[in-house]
This record gives sequence, C-alpha cells and structure tokens, in this order.
Amino acid sequence: MEGKAHVYGDNIDTDRIIPGKYTKTLDTASLAAHVLEDLDPEFRHKVKVGDILVAGDNFGCGSSREQAPIALKVAGVGVVVARYFARIFFRNAINIGLPVLEVPDHDIEAGDPVTIDLEKGEVFNQRSGKRFQATQLPKVMIDILNAGGLVAYLKEHGTYQLNEE
Amino acid sequence: MTISEKILSKKVGNLVKAGELIITEVDGVMATDTTAPYAIQAFQEMGGGQVWDASRCALIIDHAAPAPNERIANLHTMMREFAAQQHIHLFEIGEGICHQLMIEHQYVRPGDIFMGADSHTPTYGAIGAMACGVGSTDLAAVMKTGKIWLKVPETIRIVCHGPLQPGVTAKDLILYLVGKISISGATYQAVEFEGSAFENMTVASRMTIANMVAEMGGKTGYVNPKGLQLDYDFEAVFPDADAQYIQTLEFDVRDLGPQLSIPESPDQVENLEPHEGQAIQYAFIGTCCNGRLEDLQAAAQILEGKKVANGVRFLIAPASRSVLLDAITDGTLQTLVAAGATILNPGCGPCVGTHQGVPGNDEVVISAANRNFRGRMGNPHSNIYLAAPTTVAASALEGKITHPKKYA
Ligand code: SF4
Repeated sequence: MEGKAHVYGDNIDTDRIIPGKYTKTLDTASLAAHVLEDLDPEFRHKVKVGDILVAGDNFGCGSSREQAPIALKVAGVGVVVARYFARIFFRNAINIGLPVLEVPDHDIEAGDPVTIDLEKGEVFNQRSGKRFQATQLPKVMIDILNAGGLVAYLKEHGTYQLNEE
Repeated sequence: MTISEKILSKKVGNLVKAGELIITEVDGVMATDTTAPYAIQAFQEMGGGQVWDASRCALIIDHAAPAPNERIANLHTMMREFAAQQHIHLFEIGEGICHQLMIEHQYVRPGDIFMGADSHTPTYGAIGAMACGVGSTDLAAVMKTGKIWLKVPETIRIVCHGPLQPGVTAKDLILYLVGKISISGATYQAVEFEGSAFENMTVASRMTIANMVAEMGGKTGYVNPKGLQLDYDFEAVFPDADAQYIQTLEFDVRDLGPQLSIPESPDQVENLEPHEGQAIQYAFIGTCCNGRLEDLQAAAQILEGKKVANGVRFLIAPASRSVLLDAITDGTLQTLVAAGATILNPGCGPCVGTHQGVPGNDEVVISAANRNFRGRMGNPHSNIYLAAPTTVAASALEGKITHPKKYA
C-alpha cells in the first residue's frame, strides 16, 4: 500500500473524527462529508483513496462509535498510523477492516509519500528512505483483518478461534 | 489476583493472568440507538438467526430520544422490530440512560462480565462487574456467539485516603483523578479504586467514579466493594492482598476542593477557584455520570427558594424514570422547576449534541457530564466546563462559575 501522509497530533477524539450529531445513520457514505471536520475542515477535500492518516498518542479516544473508523474508511483513508490507539477505536477499526498500525517511532511529516507493508507491519518513508516497525498485532486481530473484518471472519469461522502459537 | 483476573479466571475455568489473550463467555450485552443499528446490521450480515440468549441482551433508546427527525425515528423502528423478533427487552424513550438502567434493572450484577456498545460501560464497576465498552460489530459478534476475545488487562491501583471535605463530591474526586492519570493513562488497562475516600460512597457516587474510567482510557474499572450495599444478596469480588499491579498511586484527598475540567478535554482539570467569575450561559445536570437522585437533590438544596440568573438556561435530564419519579415524590423536582430549571425526559439529553439543547457560538456551558471535547454538545464553537452538580447549580444561580460553598 502506498499513499500520502496526512499528519495530526495527539488525543484526537471520536467527536473530532465524526461529531455525534452525524452518527445516527446507516448511510455510511454520508459520514465521509463530515470526517474530521472540527479538526481540519479541508481534510475531506485533500484526502485521496489509499492515503495514510498519521497521528500521535491515543488516536480515537472517547466514544465507542464505530462510525469513527467507518467515516475514515469511506473517506478513502487506507491505513491509520499512530503511536498508539484508544482501545475501542483500535478494535473497531480492525473489525470493520480499516488497517491500523501502532508505530512508536517514525519521521513521517505531512505530505510524505509512505509505503506500508501490512504483513510485515512495516512503514517506509520514501522521503527519508527510513523504515519503521509497527507493534505486532495479536494473531486473532490479524486473522480478522485478513478475513476482511469481523463480519466476514465470523461468517467463515462461526465463532472465535485463538490459535496463538 | 486483581479483580479482573479473578472474574475472568472464574468464568474461563482456569487461572488467567494479565497479558493473556482469552476467549470468555459474557453475562450480558446492551446497545443504544447510536450503536444498535450498526450492530443489528452486522448481526444480520454474520448470518442472522437468533441471538445466543435473548434474556441477556438489552436495547436502549436513550441517545436521541424521543427521535428528533425522520432518519433517527426509522433507526428506532429498526431497533423495535429487531427486539420484537428476537424477544429482546427494549427500553423505550423516557425510561432512561443505558448504564443507569442496566444497574437499576439488574441486567448486570457483581462479578459479571458485561459488554456494552457504549464507551461508558465501565460504569458497572461501581458494583464490581467487569464491564467493557465495545463497538457495534464486536457487540454483534457477542450477540451471535455469547463470547468475546480479549486480553486480560493489567491493573492500575488508585488508593485515596479520605474522608472528603463536606461539600466535596465523588465528581470532584474523579475529575481530580482523571487530571492526574490523563485521558490516555489507563489505555488497555483496568483501574481499581480503593481507600477510605470510597468506602462510604453510595452506589450512585460509585457509578460517578467508575463512569469516568472511560476518560482515563481504561478498559474497565472497579470501585473496591468494601462498603458496597445493594438491595439484593451478592458475592463481592475483592482483589487478593498480593495482587500484582502495574502501578499503585496513592493520594491524600482530605483537603481536596471542588474541581473543574476546562475546555476541551476531560483531563484538563484544575481547582475551581481561579475560574470563579467566568461567565456561563448554559448549565446542565444529567447524564450517566451525574443524573441520579442524589445529584438532583444536591442541586435542589442550592436552588431552594432562589432563581436561576437571567440569561442562563438550566437544563436537567434525570438518568432514569425511577430517578424522575423519586425526584417528583420527594419534592426535588418542584424546587428545581420553581427555580427556573427546564426538565427534559430521562435519557442522554444534550450530552452528545444530537438534540435537546445545542449551545450557540461562543457560549460557555457548565455541565455535570463526563466529556467536553470540542463539538461534544453539537457546536464546535462553544466551550464546555465539567463540574460537580453542586458547582453547576451554584453557577446557574449567578450566571458565572461559582464555588458551591457560597450556597452550602
Ligand atoms: S449520558 Fe452522555 S456519556 Fe452517558 S451514555 Fe448518554 S451520551 Fe453517553
């Protein structure tokens, strides 16, 4: 995967990702029009399909609304990279099939072209030529992501399987 | 073992330790009108059929209730239809906020493992349940399988030596602690609160404490059950004396005064005093954090025989119908309405900015809720201060942030 980096700061909460007033809908496409609007009203115009959202600590804190990762996904975001994520957002993103990578250390700046290897959990900054390693996901999360999300995973397996080695 | 390790070990049938990845059965689930529609959709996409145990599921219409528009009305209809078809109990508009109802109606009990599709689900740690917030798809998966995968959390132990000063409330204490731990300080972790500051607390106050574990980023949290009283018999789960904590923090809170969370994050907590005099246009008491009878009574005590300041809107949303009924019976509501408060139906009210009182541009709100992120109440151009119900009531009387001791 390859895309341009959009870089934001720490503690971006779910009210900023998608305000509560827009969340009461099953029309997920409508969420894209309001994604990150209180943080950066230009974001939805700038973002291209497959782009990479880069944030600091605790991305996605606050509400349990799954509309937050969905809004990012329908807006075109391909991967979210953060130092670490809020717990519920992290699970939700994997469950709906939005890849998220916890990368404790990196040099990505706004506009950098970035290549992501999800299998290896590797982030490559084409500008600096440097590679950064993401924290390993639990196996069950990789399985869910590989299946395309939790709906597909459960369709396939019927229930959870924990085959940690 | 910590409380989480004990509860999970009992459920899975062997000893589990922090850090282990496990699959556990779940004792109960709930979803609200923000999360249930997606959960229902995901449940159908997973293959539908019947939920694993209808008696352990609850649906609640509280976030945007009554429906403010056609779109939300139709989502409510979808919930009602699913509930009827699955024989799941649905709490209708006006019955109250999900978390209040789960405890009041005993959908959750001490020692249970509960998954709620709402981030404030850790509130049930007030009565010693392991309760976690999850998203809609996770919830659908529990409705289907009765199980969830999770990592046994590490635990932060917070010991507070009290008692609190008269007039200083559980909300002041938890705001103070959120300020110390920060909005992300307990991410992926459980929190255990113990010490003399908590031991005499009512269930309502314990709920206020456990509720804001969500504002520490915690996965779940517990108020140590020492001193816990419920109106049914229960087996309390205490941590072992040699439980392993990732961190123990001790605070002497005997001199703590009223606290204030300033815009725009719940962990921006300061003493009230430097902010006294800050003009406010809007005061709000309610939510799963502070919409219970003791909160309304504390406000009524301050407002008794007085009038809310000109230019201030004072909104009150009781946490449940039973709170509302009790407040009617004991005269609390009479006092609040006579003072100029506007009473909303039980439910989330204006907490999440969907309806029932959105602030205007540049307006300042003082609220007894748990979150003050930018745009939280529906307008990114307003500012929200969080405080105890006593501080909110005193401030409503003066039209500016006011120390509650003035009206003690
Ligand atoms: S009262 Fe507010 S914080 Fe509590 S469940 Fe409702 S919207 Fe969420």
